[in-house]
Amino acid sequence: MHRWTYPDLKTLMAKASPPRSGDVLAGLAAETAEENILAKIQLADVPLKRFLSEPLVPYEDDEVTQLIIDGHDAFAFAPVSHLTVGGFRDWLLSPAADTAALARLAPGLTPEMVAAVSKLMRNQDLILVASKVQVTTRFRNTIGLPGRMATRLQPNHPTDDPKGVAASMLDGLLLGSGDAVIGVNPASDNLAALGDLVRLLDDTIHRFQIPTQSCVLTHVTSSIALIERGAPIDLVFQSIAGTQAANASFGIDLSILAEGRDAGRSLKRGTVGDNVMYFETGQGSALSAGAHHGVDQQTLEARAYGVARAFDPFLVNTVVGFIGPEYLYDGKQIIRAGLEDHFCGKLLGLPLGCDVCYTNHAQADQDDMDTLLTLLATAGVTFIMGVPGADDIMLNYQSTSFHDALYVRELLGLRRAPEFEAWLCDVGLTDTAGRLAIDAGRHPLLQMLS
Amino acid sequence: MTARTRPVRLTDLTAARVALGRSGASLPTTAALAFALDHARARDAVHRPADVDGLEGALRDRRLATLRVESAATDRLTYLARPDLGRQLAEPSRNLLARARPRATVDLAVVIADGLSSRALDYAPALLDALLPDLATDGWSLAPVVIAQQARVALGDEVGLLLDARLTLLLVGERPGLSSPDSLGAYITYAPRPGRTDAERNCVSNIRPAGLPPADAAAKIAWLLRQALKGRMTGVALKDESPTGPSLVDGGDAARLAPRE
Repeated sequence: MHRWTYPDLKTLMAKASPPRSGDVLAGLAAETAEENILAKIQLADVPLKRFLSEPLVPYEDDEVTQLIIDGHDAFAFAPVSHLTVGGFRDWLLSPAADTAALARLAPGLTPEMVAAVSKLMRNQDLILVASKVQVTTRFRNTIGLPGRMATRLQPNHPTDDPKGVAASMLDGLLLGSGDAVIGVNPASDNLAALGDLVRLLDDTIHRFQIPTQSCVLTHVTSSIALIERGAPIDLVFQSIAGTQAANASFGIDLSILAEGRDAGRSLKRGTVGDNVMYFETGQGSALSAGAHHGVDQQTLEARAYGVARAFDPFLVNTVVGFIGPEYLYDGKQIIRAGLEDHFCGKLLGLPLGCDVCYTNHAQADQDDMDTLLTLLATAGVTFIMGVPGADDIMLNYQSTSFHDALYVRELLGLRRAPEFEAWLCDVGLTDTAGRLAIDAGRHPLLQMLS
Repeated sequence: MTARTRPVRLTDLTAARVALGRSGASLPTTAALAFALDHARARDAVHRPADVDGLEGALRDRRLATLRVESAATDRLTYLARPDLGRQLAEPSRNLLARARPRATVDLAVVIADGLSSRALDYAPALLDALLPDLATDGWSLAPVVIAQQARVALGDEVGLLLDARLTLLLVGERPGLSSPDSLGAYITYAPRPGRTDAERNCVSNIRPAGLPPADAAAKIAWLLRQALKGRMTGVALKDESPTGPSLVDGGDAARLAPRE
């Protein structure tokens, strides 16, 4: 049997990664199907400890590597420190790796270890292990409890028109969506316009006493500026990536993120907890920014979670199919990536949700999204998106709809966040079992539009 | 009681797919099929080849000289998977442009690129009808209009360099949305040459009858072109302060950094 030799661990990792167009574009992918599997077999023999002594992105060049290495908890790592990557997979699948053990282990794992083991796992392994992890976060309600799945209500509008945003928000609330967050992607980056959106969401939440939180997904520095001007901001948003250089292309570094978190916490707007950050990520962002250091895109995505966990986020969202087919070519690659991201994020202790999505130039359709949604829901995904009719008319891509969430709730009996569930019942939108009332056509919420 | 006002309908307030109703918890048949039809149209817009003959004819009817070029991406599937190839000219096209180089530097090279929506190119002639006579009043000199297939935005950099143009205006079919499969984008680059980044361009997006109408886009583009020539730059330092309403220049959705092309 021919055995390839690779100059370093990052090359072995890239060759062992399940096929995807972004790694081909970067020139990192295995040349043949056989090389891909032989690389997995080699990777299975790599001791987990080697990831601590051989950083894939150089320590001295990259603050994300420094964060990962300096923040590693050797005590938490001890139970698996003797294992190889392959042995770690076997352990994760064993009864010893129960919910409590995985929670204790999380600070002892690095993103690279988690990415490595994911490359040896089939989809069913990613689902089964992730389903054993429980991550709970709190702001104005409680996200991540067992048997529950939340939704981000995403009422985007191409011109940020307040009535247009309100109409989509209302449609979502009437369909029982919005417990994770009511979160708008603004079209504008004008601070006054952003402030108007923040107040629109806040007014709605307070007028109807909805136990949820709002977020306007603008740059962290804009959120800090808005907080300084007295805007009622709940969650502070930022897109993040797995290398310092990629984060620089987003106009951020770790200190700006810390500043954003501290600004958010200073308002003390959370009633049951102070997880104030909302992060979004997605495979391919580092390559897109020319900042991948020869590391495969799935490993870099896991490193973005290494960034996220330093800031105790309320929500982390992998926007899996948004970036386009040059990174994830088709439904098969998007489905695989969604399951990998969820697994890696959960194992690292994050409240991981997924924007189950695709663009019109990818080889994917709504059937692929149904498949990924159903698989993620069985894996215990923390939250998904709720977009009217699954069609985001501002960002021009397709996500999951309010109806999609209702489908998977009905199929798997998944409940909403408890505080939000109680509110829906109190205002008559659902019955005590969480099923939607028959006619919402005259509901008092419709006052929102008057 | 005075006259009762008609209840506000959600569908009056947004083009989003609101108030779809339910079958059980799921989508009613009509809404499910309407979505499928729109997705089919968006897919066709990505994969249907641009009507280059028709476009060339329309430009020649306007007495505009044209040149046809192709990128190094040889087919649609390569184009989708290899954005790097879509940014380079195929060798025969490079030679063609080198031979077509004007005797003196020109102010503007217009490139019409298929990008991700062939349908969007239908609006290019109307946009040029509004734009070029306006620029002609200032005596702008023009290279032949280049029609580029399997092309991404940065292809315009090499075209502009080969045609010795001070500015390129690249009109490109944008990533099609489900409700906007026909959206045209306009990218303006000062001193075009390979290696320019997106931060060095200005963009006017969402050009289509139901978005930013071509004539309005032309006014905005003319303003940006004049400022770019005067200030000798494009990009983040050139802020859109054109008097034609709120800014639609790109940069607002920095929260989700993905290329529109």
